[in-house]
Amino acid sequence: MRLMDARSPGLDEAEMIAAILAGDSDLYHQLIQPYELSVYRMALSLVKNETEAEDVAQEAFLKAFRNLANFRGESKFSTWLISITLNEARRRLRRQSTVRMESLDEPPEEGSRVSPALLRDWREIPSEALERKEVRTLLQEAIGHLAPMYREVLVMRDIEDLSTEETAGTLAISISSVKVRLHRARIMLQKELAPKLKLASPKKRRWFS
Amino acid sequence: MILECKHVWDYISEFLDDSLPPETRELVQKHLEHCEICSAIFDSTRNILVLTADDRVFELPAGYSERLHARLAREIHGANSRPEKLPQDQD
Repeated sequence: MRLMDARSPGLDEAEMIAAILAGDSDLYHQLIQPYELSVYRMALSLVKNETEAEDVAQEAFLKAFRNLANFRGESKFSTWLISITLNEARRRLRRQSTVRMESLDEPPEEGSRVSPALLRDWREIPSEALERKEVRTLLQEAIGHLAPMYREVLVMRDIEDLSTEETAGTLAISISSVKVRLHRARIMLQKELAPKLKLASPKKRRWFS
Repeated sequence: MILECKHVWDYISEFLDDSLPPETRELVQKHLEHCEICSAIFDSTRNILVLTADDRVFELPAGYSERLHARLAREIHGANSRPEKLPQDQD
């Protein structure tokens, strides 16, 4: 199914990039295959609409192609793609609602604390629960409810698995800001989701019913 | 030194990332062992993050990959350009 399957099986990422820049443009299909999901996920968690997320992802891959010569290899290619996706998504969000949106660069309020939802016990929700659309929707909505400055950090660190340093570099914020925002984002997710998931998690097993 | 619950909450994120200094980590660990509320908060946070990171939460729409590669192919062949060249470079 893939367009360029096994085209150049021996090439690593840096070699593929060099070959593309030297004129073998079709190799780009192969280069980006491992990142199709992560770029889309990054886009979707920022724009919150599937059609638009697909648009953002396509634009990001096109921009990355056009600007490939500017990729210096100082960061990982995956991180570079994520930062292009972030900028593309931000550009659209800005264009859509310059009035309603909170500033993306608003600093964290250092003084205030976020508190988690208090529970006496926690019954582990197994990953099979994700077979249920209801559970997937709860998670997507909770991420969507986070303010952009928290959502971006959470998605990069906990979903895209970027390091603290990579996240700080991509967002052009300090490492301590990444940690503060991530902490708050995680607690806010727990606060929203723990009570809902607890309710959605039945005493008896009926995950596949 | 005994940690209060609300102070333990401040460490949840770094505890999860295993980035606390050893002595702080030990204090938090000790607290979690005897505080059922904090350990439930910790467990739920970790569980929720594991679920959130699962590939099934955000799935690719049907046909996404095909549409993406078709568009890339149009760009690559339509512009008939290397990445660093501008479209007007073509004949």
